[in-house]
Amino acid sequence: MRKYLRLWQLLLLALIFILWQVLAQPNLLPPIVWENPDRAAFFFGEPVKIFRVVWEWFSGGAIYQHLWVTLQETVLAFAIGSLLGLVVGLWLGLAPTASALFDPYITAMNAMPRVVLAPIFMVWFGLGIWSKVALGVTLVFFIVFFNVYQGVKEVSPVVLNNSVMLGANRRQLLRYVYLPSATSWLFSSLHTAVGMAFVGAVVGEYLGSARGVGYLIQQAEGAFDINTVFAGILVLTAFALVLDFAVGHTERRLLVWRPAQSETEQL
Amino acid sequence: MAAVAFDRVTCTFAARGGSGSYTAVKDVTLRVGEGEFVSVVGPTGCGKSTLLNVAAGLLRPSSGSVQIVGEPLAGINRRAGYMFQSEGLMPWRTALANVTAGLEFRGVAAAEARRRGEDWLARVGLTGFGDRYPHQLSGGMRKRVALAQMLILDPRILLMDEPFSALDIQTRQLMENELLELWGADRKSVIFITHDLEEAISLSDRVVVLSAGPAAHPIGEFAIDLPRPRDVAEIRLTPRFIELHDRIWRAMKEEVLKGYAQTRNRMAS
Repeated sequence: MRKYLRLWQLLLLALIFILWQVLAQPNLLPPIVWENPDRAAFFFGEPVKIFRVVWEWFSGGAIYQHLWVTLQETVLAFAIGSLLGLVVGLWLGLAPTASALFDPYITAMNAMPRVVLAPIFMVWFGLGIWSKVALGVTLVFFIVFFNVYQGVKEVSPVVLNNSVMLGANRRQLLRYVYLPSATSWLFSSLHTAVGMAFVGAVVGEYLGSARGVGYLIQQAEGAFDINTVFAGILVLTAFALVLDFAVGHTERRLLVWRPAQSETEQL
Repeated sequence: MAAVAFDRVTCTFAARGGSGSYTAVKDVTLRVGEGEFVSVVGPTGCGKSTLLNVAAGLLRPSSGSVQIVGEPLAGINRRAGYMFQSEGLMPWRTALANVTAGLEFRGVAAAEARRRGEDWLARVGLTGFGDRYPHQLSGGMRKRVALAQMLILDPRILLMDEPFSALDIQTRQLMENELLELWGADRKSVIFITHDLEEAISLSDRVVVLSAGPAAHPIGEFAIDLPRPRDVAEIRLTPRFIELHDRIWRAMKEEVLKGYAQTRNRMAS
């Protein structure tokens, strides 16, 4: 079972799509649920048609510019949001007075549903990629900020004292102790942060843009073309999986010093 | 001239939870000579570490003063190396990078630091382990790295806070012998904190017994006239060692019981 796990997973996926296709066939189910036989396909789409749309996108090359825009927005939102989160997290973690002063504001901003800021960003930054980046940044920032802040607070006092005794001054403590320690916390929030940057990009596109996968979905929805909507969702999901894999790969490369769970795992 | 001289040092902390205060050590006067190996023993929780933090300059005494080689201590004690009881290694640095950290802080060139780091790793028996991260090393190996990390800076004074207490007994004796060997090479002044009387006697020139806390203070000093070089495992079997152990234990026993009773009361309340 474990050996063929990947195979079983793929089989399950195929099964789901086949079931979906069968249930959406007109006239297959007795007309108790839908009085019109085409209703099911209208509401839920048909996998065969969905895959045809995906295939046309990739073979015709129409999708690449949209994917490229979404990728740009995601990466920019992630990079800017993480950097801001890291800097502010380090600063507030090391400055108790400032941290006490800003605490209620940070709590309030984090509690605020920031997706509603999207229209405001559109007014500020226009319909191009930057309004989407801004939305992504507000989502990414808080995840990274809270993690880094916590990381700074939880730097081992023994490691700190040891470094002090080895002759580190304040600047060196920041660079050689706080920063690496905070970075490890940053990486533990990386998967969530990339996901959030992605959400910011797609939601921003959905709410108003001329390019991007979110825009494609929005257009198809306007035309009640459910198959294209599902095709867009499928492409987004695959894209998110690729991003997540890339993040996992980077994480493993950069955090070699951290004890891996598997090293102590029982065989 | 004494390497470290405590003069009526008292350390009082504000008690957790607001009201009241806790005096960890009271009126401690203690001198550690140049090149002398002094162990401080006492019941658990008697403020031994507090004394060491004062000598390191990490903690300012509430009253009293500390002199390092005749000069009053202000700020961090730059002449001292400190080996902590728990893990002080930076987990994100390799063993070699940990050993050379102090040199890096002092601005020693990378190649030179690397050469000296390799040399020290060899001296503590860790040749070939330089690129391992702390979590990939055993407890004993991590202690060796910490030892090399401290000694590479060639401090005149070593402050050691139960450095081997987390190790199993065999590894511990191995480390004690290596410490003695390294120490014997250039005789630094050592303050060695431990709650293990056997460890204290087998390593030291002098053993200082602290009373149970709060307000711990030295209640006895015993010169250890065992010959050097010593093997810590073998010396424990000599009649003179047993005699010394007996004498010091009699002085300590009462305090240990007192400390135990206090801990029990604290747990009960």
